[in-house]
Amino acid sequence: MEANGEQAERAKNAVSGAIKKMTVGLLGKKLGMTQVFDAEGLALPVTVVQLGENVIVDKRSKENNGYEAIQIGGFSAKEKSLNKPEMGVLKKANVAPLAPLREFRVADSTSYTIGQPIAIEDVIKEGMLVDVRGRSIGKGFQGTVKRYHAGRGPMSHGSKFHRSMGSIGPGTTPGRVFKGLHMPGQMGNVNVCVRHLQVVKIDADKKLVLIKGALPGCKGGIVEIKPTKTKWN
Amino acid sequence: MNQVIAEIEAGLLKKNLPSLEVGDTVKVFVKIKEGGKERTQGYEGVVIKQRGCGLGKTITVRRVFQGVGIERVFLLHSPRVEKIAVQRKGHVRRAKLYYLRKRSGKATRIREIAQEKQAVATAAPENFENPPASA
Repeated sequence: MEANGEQAERAKNAVSGAIKKMTVGLLGKKLGMTQVFDAEGLALPVTVVQLGENVIVDKRSKENNGYEAIQIGGFSAKEKSLNKPEMGVLKKANVAPLAPLREFRVADSTSYTIGQPIAIEDVIKEGMLVDVRGRSIGKGFQGTVKRYHAGRGPMSHGSKFHRSMGSIGPGTTPGRVFKGLHMPGQMGNVNVCVRHLQVVKIDADKKLVLIKGALPGCKGGIVEIKPTKTKWN
Repeated sequence: MNQVIAEIEAGLLKKNLPSLEVGDTVKVFVKIKEGGKERTQGYEGVVIKQRGCGLGKTITVRRVFQGVGIERVFLLHSPRVEKIAVQRKGHVRRAKLYYLRKRSGKATRIREIAQEKQAVATAAPENFENPPASA
C-alpha cells in the first residue's frame, strides 16, 4: 500500500519534473504583503503579486542563436517608454507594447507561438514551491556594520573607534589582503533569488498570485516567478 | 493600502465582531485541536491591550489562573477565534493596562461602566435615526 503511494508520488514528481525542466517563468509586479488563513485557520504571511500579460514576443533557437529560449513581455506599456530595439522586437511579433522583456531558457522553443500568452497553470500551481527573482531595495554605500553585521566599538567613554572597520589582515605573512574581505560598499540594488517559497493561492481571473513569505524588491517592483529548481515539486 | 490587497482582506474580515475596548472583560471561544478532534474552549479575562488594525488586529487578554498570570494574544479575525462575548465593560484611563501585571487580588479590580450609561450609549444612535415625536 505504502509502496504504491510512493510510486504515485514519484510519478507525480516526474510530471512536475517536466514542468521544472521547462523553467519558463512568469513576470509579475509585487503589490505588497498581507495575511491569509489556511485550512486550519492559521495565519500565513503572503506577498501579493500581480501577474503581467506574459506574452511570447520572440524566440531563440539552436540554429540561429546557439541556444533555445523564449522572450516574454511583462506588462502593457507606453510606446515611448521602450527603446527602438525593443519596439522592433514587438513590431515583428505584432503585439502591443510590453515591458519589460525577459528571456527564459526552454528545452524546445518550437512548441511556443509568438504572440501567445503563457498560461499561469502551465507554470505554477497552488501549493507548489517556487523561486522568485527580483531586484532588492537599494541601500546605497554602506559600512560593514550595516552591510555585513560587523561589530562596532563603544560610542562613548572616550572611545574614538565607533563604526569603522578594524584590521584587514596580518602583516608580512601573507603580505596581502585576502580576496572577498568584507568591506564597505554598495548594499542592495542587486538581483536576488529567494528559493522554496510556497504558492498559497492563484486567482486566474484577476491574475493574482499569493506567495508565502517576503519577496525581494520594493512595492511595484518586477519579479520573476519560476517553479523551484532545487527541489521536487 | 493597495486596492487589490484591501479587496483580499475584505473577504477575510469578520463582520460581526463586538465593539471591544481595553478594560473590558471578555470570553473568547477558541477552536483547539486535540488528538485529531476539534473543540471549542472558552478563555475569560481582561483586555489589556489592542494592537494593529484591519486583518492584523489583535487583543491581549489577561487572567490570573491558580495564582499565575496568563496573557494570550488573539488575532481577532482568525477563523480559530469562533466567538467573542463581552461580559463586562470596564472604565479605565489607560490604553495599555500593563500596570495590572504588578498587582494582585483586589487591586486588579476595574470599575464597571454604569449600566445606565451603557444603555444610553447603545440607544443614542437609534434616537438619532428616528427622533421621538415629542422632540
